[in-house]
Amino acid sequence: MEPFFDISVITDNFTYFMIGRYPHGPLGGVGLTLYLAVVSCILSFFGGLILGLLSVSRFSVVRYPALAFINLVRGMPLLMVIFWMYFLMPALFGKVAENNTVIMALTLFTSAYMSRIVVAGIEGIPKGQTEAAISTGLKQWQVMLYIVLPQGLRNMIPSFVNQFVSLIKDTSLAFIVGVSELTHVATQINNRTMAFPTEIFIFIALVYFILCFAFTSLSRWLEGRLSWSKAN
Amino acid sequence: MLNYTFNWSIITSGQYFDWLVTGLLTTLKLSAVSIVLAFVLGLLIAVMRMGHNRPFRWFAHVYLEFFRNTPLLVQIFFWYFGSYKILPTFINDWLNETGFEFAAAAIALTIYTSAFIAEDIRSGVLSIPKEQMEAARSAGFSYLRSMQYIILPQAVRITIPPLVNQFLNVAKNSSLAMTIGVMEMTYQARQVESYTFRGFEAFTAATVVYLALSIIITALVNIYNEKVLNAHKAA
Repeated sequence: MEPFFDISVITDNFTYFMIGRYPHGPLGGVGLTLYLAVVSCILSFFGGLILGLLSVSRFSVVRYPALAFINLVRGMPLLMVIFWMYFLMPALFGKVAENNTVIMALTLFTSAYMSRIVVAGIEGIPKGQTEAAISTGLKQWQVMLYIVLPQGLRNMIPSFVNQFVSLIKDTSLAFIVGVSELTHVATQINNRTMAFPTEIFIFIALVYFILCFAFTSLSRWLEGRLSWSKAN
Repeated sequence: MLNYTFNWSIITSGQYFDWLVTGLLTTLKLSAVSIVLAFVLGLLIAVMRMGHNRPFRWFAHVYLEFFRNTPLLVQIFFWYFGSYKILPTFINDWLNETGFEFAAAAIALTIYTSAFIAEDIRSGVLSIPKEQMEAARSAGFSYLRSMQYIILPQAVRITIPPLVNQFLNVAKNSSLAMTIGVMEMTYQARQVESYTFRGFEAFTAATVVYLALSIIITALVNIYNEKVLNAHKAA
């Protein structure tokens, strides 16, 4: 009788799971998953910051379009955003690599969620600070840049880390447009070997879990530390 | 968009319209089944997580961390491709008879969502003053009965807005079921695109449907917040 769990399929393909065909071919597996998550996270940090600032602007000309965009994206499934990008980017920019299509989709999607974190962070700073800063003669944008944002951003760090965890999970959807990240690699190996779907999918679930749990724990630790230093 | 003539009639009537409507119905059905089951399961996990029974609490803790920290897509694939080895034969037989795609998607969505719902319920319970539990216990209720009659009825009322948002998340997340061949909204939009090469129209239709769903549900939550929660606070 064959063993209940046959982990040889994991050990045989371990490097393929981790880095794909790299260095002899394109990066894949866990390496590509992290690459997609990190690049999209950095881009959507700035995207979220800009959208967040626009959506609390005093000028309705920029506030309403920003809010409309944020709500549009938040009302859509990520899969839909990926399909939109997959379909629109070539029409607008000509040939675009799948990796970049996915990064673009993840960035747009996550920026909308990040913008809410930014708004919450800005609103969490007491009004008195803004008033004090204005009365010392600073302009509105200077107040935001030098007084509110530096403090607000610090409070947002745990939420940003949580958003990064969501991003790691969301990169699995890149599978749908054929980007060879971890989930895609797993389905490839599954299609090739045929007999070990249970082992393969439990294994990649554990890999994602380890990645995400590490960052979730980091976020909790940061939350505790930041609130501690604030109390003192 | 250069030199592109829109042809909306293709998706507002005829065969492709029917596809999109069946897609929407499948999305709603899948979401409804999953949210109801996820609520029951989430309630159970939340009660276990907050109880005093160590093995139960430990189990609930692992459950919450594990299912919240793995991608839904991987969970769907696990149930669809890999679950046959760990499920009893009679369940496998039953699943194969009743359309396995839908069942696998529903199981994955239920379990994934239940972990988030459990946390919502837990924070609802934590917002109920501790004295209520103490009073209930000293009046002779057991832990489970105090939960059942005193704490949960109040906590669930506070939890309803986040729960409704979870329904919205389920509706959006159910789009992942297309990867295993469940013919829901996104699947049908994709299908219309590949049959007609009218991607712009097809994706617009699906986007509008998802947006309408979230606008309607968000509006309902706002009404609930104003009418029920605030009225309750004022009283």
